[in-house]
Amino acid sequence: MSAPSIVAENLTKRYGSFTALSNLNLKIEGSKCVGFLGPNGAGKTTTLKIFTDMIRASEGRALINGVDVHLNKKKALGSVGALIESPEIYPALTPREALSMVADLRGLPRAEAKKKIEEIVAEVKMNEWLDKKVGKFSKGMKQRINIAAALLSDPEVIMLDEPTTGLDPRGQSEVRDIVKDLKKKNRLVFMSSHLLNEVQEICDEVAMIDHGKLIVYDTLSNVTTRFSSTGSNTVEIEFSRDIDEQSANRNIASLTSVSSVDRIDSRKVRIHFSGGIQNQERLLLDLATMKIGMISFRPAASALEDTYLNLIKDTL
Amino acid sequence: MTQPASPNLTDMKKRVLPSGISQVGTITKYELVNYFRSRRFFVLLIIGLIISGLLTALVGYYRPSSFLASPLSFYSTWWAGSITFVIILSGIFYGGDAISGEFQNKTGYFLVANPLRRSSIYIGKWLGAFTASIVMLGVFAAITIANGIYYFGLNIPNQLWESLLFAVLYLIAVLGFTFFFSSLFKSTSMSILVTAILFLFAFTLIQTLVERLVKIEAWFLITYGAQIITNVLIDPYPTTMTQGFGRDAFTSYAATIPEGIAILLAYFVVTAVLGLFLFERREFT
Repeated sequence: MSAPSIVAENLTKRYGSFTALSNLNLKIEGSKCVGFLGPNGAGKTTTLKIFTDMIRASEGRALINGVDVHLNKKKALGSVGALIESPEIYPALTPREALSMVADLRGLPRAEAKKKIEEIVAEVKMNEWLDKKVGKFSKGMKQRINIAAALLSDPEVIMLDEPTTGLDPRGQSEVRDIVKDLKKKNRLVFMSSHLLNEVQEICDEVAMIDHGKLIVYDTLSNVTTRFSSTGSNTVEIEFSRDIDEQSANRNIASLTSVSSVDRIDSRKVRIHFSGGIQNQERLLLDLATMKIGMISFRPAASALEDTYLNLIKDTL
Repeated sequence: MTQPASPNLTDMKKRVLPSGISQVGTITKYELVNYFRSRRFFVLLIIGLIISGLLTALVGYYRPSSFLASPLSFYSTWWAGSITFVIILSGIFYGGDAISGEFQNKTGYFLVANPLRRSSIYIGKWLGAFTASIVMLGVFAAITIANGIYYFGLNIPNQLWESLLFAVLYLIAVLGFTFFFSSLFKSTSMSILVTAILFLFAFTLIQTLVERLVKIEAWFLITYGAQIITNVLIDPYPTTMTQGFGRDAFTSYAATIPEGIAILLAYFVVTAVLGLFLFERREFT
């Protein structure tokens, strides 16, 4: 069976003399999470809207699993769950009814739909509101139902346009956990976001876009290695027990490719290292072998932020 | 990078999407649920009941001879005098913002990103609006017939059933028209306002001007075609007649039943095609 894929071929969108998207070429394939980054008006939502046939491309093609979205929308979106901007649901419907409508439109058998609705609503923590009218919901509650609707049919390709918009910090964290789970289920997630730490935490790859043009598309570590002004990668390590400065400097700083170690607090250090993904893998292995109580290892948000600020010069 | 597919993914790939007709049915079903729980449905129902209630009380109290001369005159005055207004109100209430609301209220964003054609959404919403309007029409017809039975027993003239059919045809044409205007505008208030002005004032005014000043048959107006709802209840069926001579001659035009049916059908077909075309082309920007 072929891997899920999203392909943009010379995708261009013009509104009169304004070009919102210019010759976007992007091929994303496999089970992963790709963060789609860029400033306001860069063309992120425009791209996602073309991929869901909400708008038409002026030129080029948008393909999902090899099917042109505009020419055969029904087939192309059959395996796609999408959340574009913040949709409104008919206010007189309850989440159960709104999700049943989606289930019916997507051909879920009645019994499966009933079970799946209850599961997905529990996952977005809205089970107590399942039979209340949507019209009374807050923005964040509606967004949770929208996320549930996008995931209801177990789509293999998931497109999310700033999915944590309107959610409180707990809600944002829950959505991040949901996306992480999707990766485990072999889904392809294409997600636009302004939140760099969010992308850093859950995405494997990033595509950056500015003024309608793709600037870079690569793995997170390759992008930060190539474009971060520090010239090195940075990871943040957390320990289950206190670690003193001397031990951090003596043991960790001596590892291959490590250029410096900063102690953030008694249980956290920031490690700067040179090289690419291979060195990062080696570093993780070495730290694990040292058995010094490491409980988390993740690229520092600052590396992506630094990269973003280097590549994206304007805010609009 | 690519991992083997999970059982879930395989199941999902095996799933067959419903047919377009089935998806139209789904949209219609939930559109109706939304309508029947909405305030506007009850407002329109109350308006229909007020009109019916007032007529029942006034006819019962004053017993006007124009109403009670014969079953045909009763239905001609009661039914034909009010039904076009009820139909227009239904068209405005259910069709006025049916499509523009999907853009302005962003409910379209919830639907359009699903694997279904826009035509399924359009047709499903149209059928929802039609069904809700038919309920209104049915309530009004039931009250009219109940009053008729009270005064004349079960002596219901066949022309009433014809008029009822023409009223349904007019409703179809009106909803086609209102959906077209709803597709044309992104603002719900604009689409409702334009539809209301056209049906409540403009068409009648244009028809009067065309017939009186230009002295031609207003065959291009939907309201002219809708005359058959009333005319069929007049015995004999009215025909185009000219009174007076020369410059003072005045012609009153009456659409024949085939003409009326043709006008209403043409309005529906043309506006439905245009409305659907516009909705297919409109972008959720």
